[in-house]
Amino acid sequence: MPAEPNFPALELKNFYFSYQGPTAFSLQLPDLQLDVGQHLFIRGASGSGKTTLLNLLSGIHPLSRGEIRIQGALFQPQTAARRDLMRARDIGVVFQQLNLISYLSVLDNVLLAAEFAGNSSAATTQRAKMLLSVLGLEAALWPQSAVNLSVGQQQRVAIARALLNEPALLIADEPTSALDADNRDAFIRLMLSEANRCGTTVLFVSHDAGLARYFKWQLRMDALSDGVQPLAAAVPGSEDVLCC
Amino acid sequence: MLLKLARQSLWHRRGTVLMTLLSLTISIALLLGIDHLRLEAKRSFTSTVSGTDLIVGARSGQLNLLLYSVFRLGNATNNISYQHYQQLASHPQVAWAIPMALGDSHRGFRVIGTNADYFRYFRYGQQQQLTFAQGEAFSTVYQVVLGAAVAEKLGYQLGDKIILSHGVGAVSFTQHKDQPFTVVGILAATGTPVDQSVHVSLESIEAIHLGWQGGAPGFGKKPKLNDTQLQQLQPKVLTAFMLGLKSKVATFAIQRQINEFKAEPLTAILPGAALAELWQMLAMVENMLLLVTLLVLIAALIGMVTTLLAAMKERQREMAILRAVGARPWQLFCLIQLEVFCISLASIGSALLLLSGTLAGLQPLLSSSYGLVISWLPWHGHTAVLLAALLALALLLGAIPSYLTYRQSLAQGLTVRL
Repeated sequence: MPAEPNFPALELKNFYFSYQGPTAFSLQLPDLQLDVGQHLFIRGASGSGKTTLLNLLSGIHPLSRGEIRIQGALFQPQTAARRDLMRARDIGVVFQQLNLISYLSVLDNVLLAAEFAGNSSAATTQRAKMLLSVLGLEAALWPQSAVNLSVGQQQRVAIARALLNEPALLIADEPTSALDADNRDAFIRLMLSEANRCGTTVLFVSHDAGLARYFKWQLRMDALSDGVQPLAAAVPGSEDVLCC
Repeated sequence: MLLKLARQSLWHRRGTVLMTLLSLTISIALLLGIDHLRLEAKRSFTSTVSGTDLIVGARSGQLNLLLYSVFRLGNATNNISYQHYQQLASHPQVAWAIPMALGDSHRGFRVIGTNADYFRYFRYGQQQQLTFAQGEAFSTVYQVVLGAAVAEKLGYQLGDKIILSHGVGAVSFTQHKDQPFTVVGILAATGTPVDQSVHVSLESIEAIHLGWQGGAPGFGKKPKLNDTQLQQLQPKVLTAFMLGLKSKVATFAIQRQINEFKAEPLTAILPGAALAELWQMLAMVENMLLLVTLLVLIAALIGMVTTLLAAMKERQREMAILRAVGARPWQLFCLIQLEVFCISLASIGSALLLLSGTLAGLQPLLSSSYGLVISWLPWHGHTAVLLAALLALALLLGAIPSYLTYRQSLAQGLTVRL
C-alpha cells in the first residue's frame, strides 16, 4: 500500500510519556512531521530513553499524553489491539541482531510479517521472494534455517520482512552494530534504497554519530527540545530514488 | 499460523520436548494402567462367578458363605443335608443346581465334591463355561479333575495318582492314604478360584469318609468296597449349592423361601450383591491406588511446566520478534498453550499405544502364569472423561508459563533483557 501523498508519514503532537515507579522517568518530544521519504536519524546513547521511544513509536507501550498519526491515521491513543494490527501493517522493525526466529526457514521468517498483518497470499509470497532476491539472498538460502546465515545475511532478511507489507515506517534499532565497516556501508545504502522503492520512511536509531552522514535529518536524544534538525553533509545517493 | 509456529518451535526443541513427552507418556500410561488394572481387578473379582442366581449354605452371614463357596476361603458353619438339596433342586423355578461338598484338601488346594453339573452349568466372567485343557470330567469314584493352577504348580499329568487329605490345611495329619485318586481331567485356566480347586464326585467324598464318625476315622478296619458297592454310594451331606433359576424375576421369592425353609436353617445369597459388598470393603485399597495415580500425574505435569518455564528465557527474543511483526499478547499466550496441548495430546496418544502394546504383550504370560485375564484395550466408559480432565489440567498448569510469557511480552515490548 503506497503512502498517501497528502498525509505525512509520521506525525507527533504533544508527545509525552512518563513512567511512575522506582525509576521515575519521563520523555517529551516537540511536535514533528516526517514526510514520505524523509528518513530520520535518531541519535542517542544507551540509557537516553531510546528503548522507551522505540516502544512508544512502535505502539508497544501507550503514550501518557499526546498523539501519533501514521499516514494521517490515529495510532496513539488507540486500543492495544488496533495498535498491534497497525504495527503489523504499517511498521516494519529491524533489531540490532538476532532478528530471525531460529526454527523457521528464511522465507517463513519473511512471511511472518504478512501472517500477522492478515495479508498472506500467493502474491505476498512472490513479493517476499522478490525482496529476498533484490537484497542479494539467492533462492538456495530460502528454505534454510535462519541460523545458517551470516549476520549480514540475517540483517538483510530482517529488512525483507520489515518491508514486506510496504509499511509507512521502518524502525531500525542499531541494525548495523553487529556488522563490520564495509558491510555496514552497503547495508545502510541497501536499506535506504529499498525503503525508497517501497515509499517507506526510515527511523534509524543509533548511538554512532558516524552513521549520521547517510541522513538529511537528525533527532538527538540529548537535545530533544531542538526537534528534528537538518544535517549538512548527506552522502550523495542515499536518497536517490523516490518511487514506488 | 500459531499452530505452525507451535509445531516448528516444538520440533526445533525436540530434544527437551522428547524428554517431556517421555515422562508424560510414562505417567499417563501409569495412570491409565492403574485405572485399567483397578477396573479389571474389580471386573475379574466380580466375575469369579456369573450366571448363578443364588448360593445356598447353612445359616450364616452373606460374606462367610460367599468366601467359602466361591473363593474357597474359610470354613462352612455347618453341613446341609443332601435330601434337602434334592428337594430344593427340584423346585419348579430351578433350572439347574450345582452341589458342593467342601472340607478336604490336597496339599493346600481345596477339594470340592460335586457332580457333572458343575462342568455343565458353572459360569464365570462373561458367562464363560469351564473347559478342559486335557482329559474329561470324572465319571466314577476315585477320579479327580484338577484346576489349571493345581496341575501347573504340582506338575500333575493325566493318569497321576494323588492322595486327598482331611481338613483344609497345607499339612494334614489325616490322609485318605488307602484311597488314591487318578487324574482324569485338567481344566483350562479361568483366572478364578476354580484354578485352585481339586474336583471329585460327591460319591468319592462319601467313599473316603466311609466308616468315619463325627469327623474322625472310625476305629477298626475300614470296609473295603467293591465296585458294585461303590456304584451304590449315596451322598448324605453337602456344604453349599448354587442355583440357576428359570426366571430372574423369581430370585427374591426363592431366596425368601430358602431363608424361611422350615426343615433346616439355610441362607441363600445373591452372588452379585455379595461380591459388591465384599469389594466395598476393599475400596480403601482402590482409593489409595487412585491417589497414587493422581500424584504421579501431577508430578509429570509439573515436570512439563518446569520445562516450559526453563525455555522461557531463551525464547524472550522470539517473543519480541513476534510482537514486532504485530503478534498480540494473547496470541503469544495461545502459542504456549498450543504447545502444551500438542505435548499433552501426543503423550496421551503414545501412552495409549504403550499401554495397549504392553498389555497385549503380557497377556499370554499373565493368563498362563497367573490366570489373570486382562483386556489389552485400556479403554473404559470414563476414560475419555479422564483424558479430557487430564488435558484440562495440563492446560491449567500450562497457563502459568503462558501467562508469564503474556505478561513479559506486555512489559518488555521489543527489547530483551538478557
